[in-house]
Amino acid sequence: MAIEINQSYNRRKHGMQSIAFGIFRALSCCIVVILFLILGFIIIKGIGVINWDFLTMPPTDGMTAGGIMPAIVGTFWLMIGSAVFAFPVGVMSGIYMNEYAPKGKVVAFIRTMTNNLAGIPSIVFGLFGMAFFVNYLGFGDSIVAGSLTLGLLALPIVIRTTEEAFKDIPNSYREGSLALGATKAQTIWHVLLPMAMPRVITGLILSLGRVSGETAPILFTCAAYFLPRLPESIFDQCMALPYHLYVVATSGTDIEAQLPIAYGTAFVLIVIVLIMNLLANGIRKHFENKLKTK
Amino acid sequence: MDKIEAKNVDFYYGDFHALKGINITIPNNQVVAFIGPSGCGKSTFLRLFNRMNDLIPGTRLTGEIIIDGQNIYDKSVDVDRLRRNVGMVFQRPNPFPKSIFENVAYGLRVNGIKDKDFIAERVETALKGAALWNEVKDKLKESAYALSGGQQQRLCIARAMAVEPSVLLMDEPASALDPISTAKIEELICELSEQTTVIIVTHSMQQAARVSNKTAFFYLGEMVEYDNTKKIFTHPSKEATQNYITGRFG
Amino acid sequence: MKKWIDIIAKRIFTVSGFVTSIVIVLIIAFLFAEAVGLFSQPVIEEGYVLALNKKNEVKNLSALEIKNIFDEEIVNWEEVGGGDVPIKVFRLEDLDKIYTEAELGDEYQFAGDKIVEQVSSDAGMVAFVPESLVEGRTELNYINDNTIPVGDVLLGVEWYPTATPSPIFGILPLISGTIWVSFFAILFALPFGLAVSIYLAEVANPRVSKMLKPVIELLNGIPSVVYGFFGLAVIVPLLQRTFNLPVGESGLAGSIVLAIMALPTIITVAEDAMRNCPRSMREASLALGATQWQTIYKVVVPYSISGITSGVVLGIGRAIGETMAVLMVTGNAAVIPTSILEPLRTIPATIAAELGEAPAGGAHYQSLFLLGVILFFITLIINSCVEVVSARNRLKR
Repeated sequence: MAIEINQSYNRRKHGMQSIAFGIFRALSCCIVVILFLILGFIIIKGIGVINWDFLTMPPTDGMTAGGIMPAIVGTFWLMIGSAVFAFPVGVMSGIYMNEYAPKGKVVAFIRTMTNNLAGIPSIVFGLFGMAFFVNYLGFGDSIVAGSLTLGLLALPIVIRTTEEAFKDIPNSYREGSLALGATKAQTIWHVLLPMAMPRVITGLILSLGRVSGETAPILFTCAAYFLPRLPESIFDQCMALPYHLYVVATSGTDIEAQLPIAYGTAFVLIVIVLIMNLLANGIRKHFENKLKTK
Repeated sequence: MDKIEAKNVDFYYGDFHALKGINITIPNNQVVAFIGPSGCGKSTFLRLFNRMNDLIPGTRLTGEIIIDGQNIYDKSVDVDRLRRNVGMVFQRPNPFPKSIFENVAYGLRVNGIKDKDFIAERVETALKGAALWNEVKDKLKESAYALSGGQQQRLCIARAMAVEPSVLLMDEPASALDPISTAKIEELICELSEQTTVIIVTHSMQQAARVSNKTAFFYLGEMVEYDNTKKIFTHPSKEATQNYITGRFG
Repeated sequence: MKKWIDIIAKRIFTVSGFVTSIVIVLIIAFLFAEAVGLFSQPVIEEGYVLALNKKNEVKNLSALEIKNIFDEEIVNWEEVGGGDVPIKVFRLEDLDKIYTEAELGDEYQFAGDKIVEQVSSDAGMVAFVPESLVEGRTELNYINDNTIPVGDVLLGVEWYPTATPSPIFGILPLISGTIWVSFFAILFALPFGLAVSIYLAEVANPRVSKMLKPVIELLNGIPSVVYGFFGLAVIVPLLQRTFNLPVGESGLAGSIVLAIMALPTIITVAEDAMRNCPRSMREASLALGATQWQTIYKVVVPYSISGITSGVVLGIGRAIGETMAVLMVTGNAAVIPTSILEPLRTIPATIAAELGEAPAGGAHYQSLFLLGVILFFITLIINSCVEVVSARNRLKR
């Protein structure tokens, strides 16, 4: 005999489910709404500010007029600089974890350290960058110091994606290459790296997207409050978009006049982040499709 | 009287025709074994009896499956009620992250039973029925994960039996267990068939021969042969069956 | 040749392999080196002394006492362990008011005499003057120049890093501000994040899940300074109007912004955890007649609880460490908050706001590094907890 069926409970539990799922669905919609609210707000307010002069002129009149060109160029330099540092180091670190390090304790240790590094707040990177790159190594407030600090921030992402990309390459490729008399270094360079590259690049782009928006690490290592010319060397200070946004939004002399500039800066920043995300997704999709058709 | 009847059952995963025109009748309080090589559709067929395949997107069924005179794929059928009546035991022991007691009481609780004494009584009966009571009666509050694999599987049987289903589906219930635990489970199956109809999917022909009254042989989505177990294992009427049970393939 | 390259390559890879470990060691070393220096800094601003009348017996004053004396909140020496004499505060600039330029000398050469004269004239006088002016004067008593005590920093309830004569580095207002904002942020983000992760992992059909995924990635990708700007331009005025506040910059504004920022972390990690729950576990529950919702809250969530907790803890970590957004919307008042509607200040915001003005090597600078060390360890502990939990999970499976 099956247990007797409590019809009212049965109805109630289905009612509960409908209510719960309804709430979940509503909250999930909320997330979408929040995203569109933020993006929409910045885009609608910002797009009107964007014109050729805004993108190509330095700020003028105490940053109440003019454009943001030095900040765009500065952010661009910082992205390049951090990539130059984080990419080779991160990729080599990821390769070491997969191809050289003894499995088990060493890999687990490195992974823990990498995760820890990823969890450190960006302001702590800023402090460290100031103490180490700016003061101890004597780089001063400069693009080098800023790039290195941002590079440290990007490192964990690059390492993780490299490690995962290499892990997914079947062993037969390694064995095939080694069996032909290639050394391990040759195998990595000629066989494994080209196979892993699309995913590594995806990771790099994602990390650069993050780097482009970071403010705290460059506050004391690189960013200039106001520098209407372009940086002359990598030991020069530079302006940067996120810091510029912070400055015009909070510590301006004329908030009313600066608000449009803030919207415009935020817009450019968002566009860079969006492009980076789309680019990374595009590469990932392209690569996945290629795998599928194989 | 026949407990279960399947009429012209065809089943698709997307474009894949997984079951082809199956007809079967299963008598009350019997043990029926489904055998066949991997991918022959026996597990898929089993999962039709409690509509477990509903959970997989892109599946489609034609034909009828009738339990106690009711087509369970009829629109008016309450799926929860059906599933209470048709219990299921899975390939690997899968106790919930709860105490031993709460695992067995789960089926009662989710069906709205709150009477504590009644639940306690049912849990005890079910654990006794699964020959587990003496091993766990002093540690009912402990986590189910503290039990051994064989004990966990008997706990899962007790969990299924606590709501007293009239049909019990078993999907290779002993395949992840050691021989001693397997023997205990098989013993249990024979006892269970006194009150329920048991359908068991198994890879092991010896197991099918030991526990079942009737056996169905599946091959490539078709039911090749269905007869009394003794007959299937001694005088199969189809060559494919003969080949399979003598180990020529599969 | 080929072999040599192989060996060199291996060396280089090995060194790069440990780069993250090296960086962490360097961070600890450099942060600590600066932070520890704070405790060997004098309480009284460097190069200055507090001179007392010879009759005054008081030898030691804490930074807070000094501040209260100069703010005229402590008005009698009895309150700080001296005799019953009213306190009279004397600052260097008072010298110019009492004496003419001629009396002080054109190079201030008589200033020392005049200070002695003034302080000796009144038993309750305390003078805050440069050390060089009164060097070797035994006619006066001086407050012992102690180093900043650890207890005053870690348990101090006031943060006045630029106060004279003695800056006060009590970090409790900043710690409580950080905890306060993060707590409310998680309070908002937790139900929200859980609901969305359950929806994505269990309820939504795969197509909807796939569409929501980029939304969450984007939410994660928006720079914190843009969140801060959005908060400043939209949330702050909204709160000000809704709650009729004098200023809209408040803990609540910070919590809301942080909640949005912590959501992607919580959702992604919790969703992954729930997706890892074996299908047979779900099916076993459904096969007993449970509804999908019963299955979720009775089986799937308990099964994935450690993964879900990891997500929440990581979200907390993100909230605690977040700098720019918080800096822009919380109003940055360094007081122990009594209400979430008041302005408050977090540790990261303090570092970001003040490091620019703190001279390198000074007590203020070092105190900010101390805050960095504290922040570093909070996040390290959080990460270690998550590591331990996920390592245990890997074993379980």
